[in-house]
Amino acid sequence: MLETKDILETINMIDNENLDVRTITMGISLLDCLDEDIDKACTKVYDKICRSAGDLVKTGEDIEHEYGIPIIHKRISVTPIGMVAAPCQSKNVVKFAYALDKAAKELGVNFIGGYSALVQKGFASGDYALIESIPQALSETDFVCSSVNIGSTKAGINMDAVKMMGKTVKRAAELTADRNCIGAAKLVVFCNAPEDNPFMAGAFHGVGEADTVINVGVSGPGVVRAALAKSGEGKDITEIADLVKRTAFKITRMGQLVAKEASKRLCVPFGIVDLSLAPTPAVGDSVAYILEEMGLETCGCHGTTAALALLNDAVKKGGVMASSHVGGLSGAFIPVSEDAGMIAAAKSGRLDITKLESMTAVCSVGLDMIVVPGDISAEKISAIIADEAAIGMVNTKTTAVRLIPAIGKKAGEMLEFGGLLGAGPVMPVREGSPDVFINRGGRIPAPLQALKN
Amino acid sequence: MKAVITVIGKDTVGILAKVSDACAQASVNIVEVTQSVLQDMFAMIMLVEIDKSTVGLDELRDNLDKVGEATNTKIHVMHEDIFNSMHKI
Repeated sequence: MLETKDILETINMIDNENLDVRTITMGISLLDCLDEDIDKACTKVYDKICRSAGDLVKTGEDIEHEYGIPIIHKRISVTPIGMVAAPCQSKNVVKFAYALDKAAKELGVNFIGGYSALVQKGFASGDYALIESIPQALSETDFVCSSVNIGSTKAGINMDAVKMMGKTVKRAAELTADRNCIGAAKLVVFCNAPEDNPFMAGAFHGVGEADTVINVGVSGPGVVRAALAKSGEGKDITEIADLVKRTAFKITRMGQLVAKEASKRLCVPFGIVDLSLAPTPAVGDSVAYILEEMGLETCGCHGTTAALALLNDAVKKGGVMASSHVGGLSGAFIPVSEDAGMIAAAKSGRLDITKLESMTAVCSVGLDMIVVPGDISAEKISAIIADEAAIGMVNTKTTAVRLIPAIGKKAGEMLEFGGLLGAGPVMPVREGSPDVFINRGGRIPAPLQALKN
Repeated sequence: MKAVITVIGKDTVGILAKVSDACAQASVNIVEVTQSVLQDMFAMIMLVEIDKSTVGLDELRDNLDKVGEATNTKIHVMHEDIFNSMHKI
């Protein structure tokens, strides 16, 4: 028989500590949709997505009701459109974005990711046109998310792509200036992008994946924080790490259960569970508050990187035993605008972009949902991307940049997105021009870490 | 399939009867009941069989929500597997 205290603990996690499954994401391969005629290719893409994911939303809702677990999002990720667009030789790649958006609306999913290109070593046919079309695609669609992988430990960093992405991010913000620059919030620039990530905006369906697959992203910063608040007092750091591990295990088991059930009902193979602590702007559901619960006065003060490293590692160790396949980003996210504690720390000036950069060396992703002044130069955005990619490349980890240039706003003002994206204070960036460095182009060679064979 | 019904709230007369009644009306068989009262707070946990239930899980949940409102308690109906997977290795 189940223990009363265990049952009450689970109920309390869901009711009071924001425990949820953040997303069930269906990955769909579009490699069988290639066509020289872009209109035919778009029709094939639309049809394949609708055929494969027809029952995704309903199945997610059924599981939610039957098991009593909130499942916040149902999403789709597809093969990077840069590849699908390769045979088309068309300037009008944005038609693929319309097809994806139409499918997302038809199916009722929350996001569709994969308007993407993988250019860590160079541009293949289709990639260049796709990247150029990203700002337009994001401004003219509602649910499409885009990502570009510009570097990897194996390939080094494609500085031509880095240069291009600075302009692309800025343009995406400019085209959506009347909608809180939302375009830039749907665009991620990666180094070492994972191919099975269920989280947006960076999800795409890797080429080594099965035709369709179910990936699940869990959440639960609120649960970890509450566990530390309840029994963390007086404990040393080893005990804190154990407490986080135990909690992460429980959270992940729920994700595994949902993933297996969804995979069974949809007759689609189970891919991975992504063990991420993904915050929401809801008070209490914050990664920053976990760090503060460990004993930091405020997120961003000295000690934050060490506390985050501990958290990130303990989440993985606890989660990895709870799931048969773990993947995606798996760790602690630090998206500033989506985390009440981060927002507060950034507003007070105690958390700045340089501290965030060092935190990204030990967290699961990178500079995420950071609002920067609208007059930032494209080269400076590129330089921030290059710095972040270098951290990822050298440390053999995923790093990403999702910056939102707040058009017309200056440091200290707020940019409000609403919903899960939250609100972010405009954070100042460092002085000094990286223009000559960025405009050189070329590639940063792969580091020695790449030569493992 | 088994579900776990939990009732949490202030202890009042007849909670157990009302919840059992809602279950009986839906042909939901109660397998096990544990309850505890801690400083006026009442926590009851029922393990129930819902295979022969005459109503869907959503409807059962709605009915129990009404009982919860009437007795000023919070009632959850959740699949047994959640607790098994979270708390057992």
